[in-house]
Amino acid sequence: MSETPKIEIRSLRKSFGSNEVLKNINLDVAKGGVVALIGPSGSGKSTLLRCINLLVVPDGGSVRVGDTRFAFGGGAKLPDVKTLAKFRATTGMVFQHFNLFPHMTALQNVMEGPVTVRRMPKANAETLARAQLAKVGLAEKADQYPATLSGGQKQRVAIARALAMEPDVMLFDEATSALDPELVGEVLNVIQQLASEGMTMVIVTHEIAFAREVADRLIFMRDGVVVEEGPARQVIDSPKESATRAFLGHFHRTGALPPANATT
Amino acid sequence: MYQWDFGILWSYRWLFLNGLGVTVGFTIVIVVCGLLFGLLGAFGSLSRFKALRLTALAFIEAFRCTPILVQLIWFYYALPILAGVEMTPITASALALSLYGGSFYSEIIRGGIVSIDRGQSEAGAALGMTPVQTMRRIVLPQAIKRMIPALMNQSIIQFKNTSLVSVLAVPDLVYQSQVAAHDSYRPLEIYTAVAVAYAAILIPLTILVRRGEKRLAVGE
Repeated sequence: MSETPKIEIRSLRKSFGSNEVLKNINLDVAKGGVVALIGPSGSGKSTLLRCINLLVVPDGGSVRVGDTRFAFGGGAKLPDVKTLAKFRATTGMVFQHFNLFPHMTALQNVMEGPVTVRRMPKANAETLARAQLAKVGLAEKADQYPATLSGGQKQRVAIARALAMEPDVMLFDEATSALDPELVGEVLNVIQQLASEGMTMVIVTHEIAFAREVADRLIFMRDGVVVEEGPARQVIDSPKESATRAFLGHFHRTGALPPANATT
Repeated sequence: MYQWDFGILWSYRWLFLNGLGVTVGFTIVIVVCGLLFGLLGAFGSLSRFKALRLTALAFIEAFRCTPILVQLIWFYYALPILAGVEMTPITASALALSLYGGSFYSEIIRGGIVSIDRGQSEAGAALGMTPVQTMRRIVLPQAIKRMIPALMNQSIIQFKNTSLVSVLAVPDLVYQSQVAAHDSYRPLEIYTAVAVAYAAILIPLTILVRRGEKRLAVGE
């Protein structure tokens, strides 16, 4: 692609203590592109995702999203809290465990970013929040507290909350891993809809069939390095590396999700 | 068989009322100031800066690990000699009790804050909130609910600890009843009445807080 990528990550390194989690990672995501990150637990994919919005501060390399670029290591000064906050406001993130604010209703959860961060008047924020809730199919749940919602509904509220900041980029950190199997579909549908609207997304997932369907690029990580990357269908259907083949062998290669009673 | 005579209490009613006023007023002061010291101690011990953390820790442990009676006497008698700081008995005891309470409040507040799942502050940060906004909008509203029972407990202890200020001749309820007991030779009636007075104030208060807690628990 000749266009400048929306997200550009160069020589990214991160260690927790003596454990090197990311070793020299490079990643480009085109505007409107959907990249799926897959790999076994401990491969560094979640850490990589968290480095994109700097929830985890890298030790070295650089991260650029849109026009904002940060360099790390080699004596580079760490960004201050105001700069970080401003940067994160332009990227939406969805977490494995939803992390909804339990003391607020669904509507208040979605309004929180616009009101507190963007200083939007409450009335405008409410209109925006109701529109986002309608978009994820939860308009009628606006006044309920998270504790009364199902897992799938919670995650859709969390997506609406991220979208209410009108981000340039959405990051999904195993957004369906904590859900009961029958609730996975409703969340994946929302993500798929976002993809078709041209949202730039990076998705950490274990839903291989979904990644094949929605992502245009796929990255397989293991032990902190990118083992294989390429067009999602190509990597999933005919992986080149033996490590990728071994990992994908744990999943049903094509078709729909495995039946709920299947043992993997 | 002891002949109870609660009738004698009536003649000391103004003394008791005076003492009760001092006790209640004192409690309000030391709970409010104690909570302020507690907030400082808690945020200090959670600070990114090591010097602040160590200062907060030194304050908390110095006051938490020494007896309040010793602190009271120390503030009133030792500070004038060592530091040349002269204080009235009321100032000395208000300060000692506030700092003593503050050290316990610090730990309650800190414990409440760290008990909130990290994912909550991560979600705030991911939305673009600064750490201060996340603390104010997301973490504290949830943490305060968890702190309330423990804060109430500590405040009850603070209320009863005010009885110790009688050692510095601050005229609280206990001090005034000592006066009345010496005067009337009826300590049994007088101290029974004092115990009832403390309980009569505290029990309705605890009921009120329990109700408030239930109302706050909405949505969880």
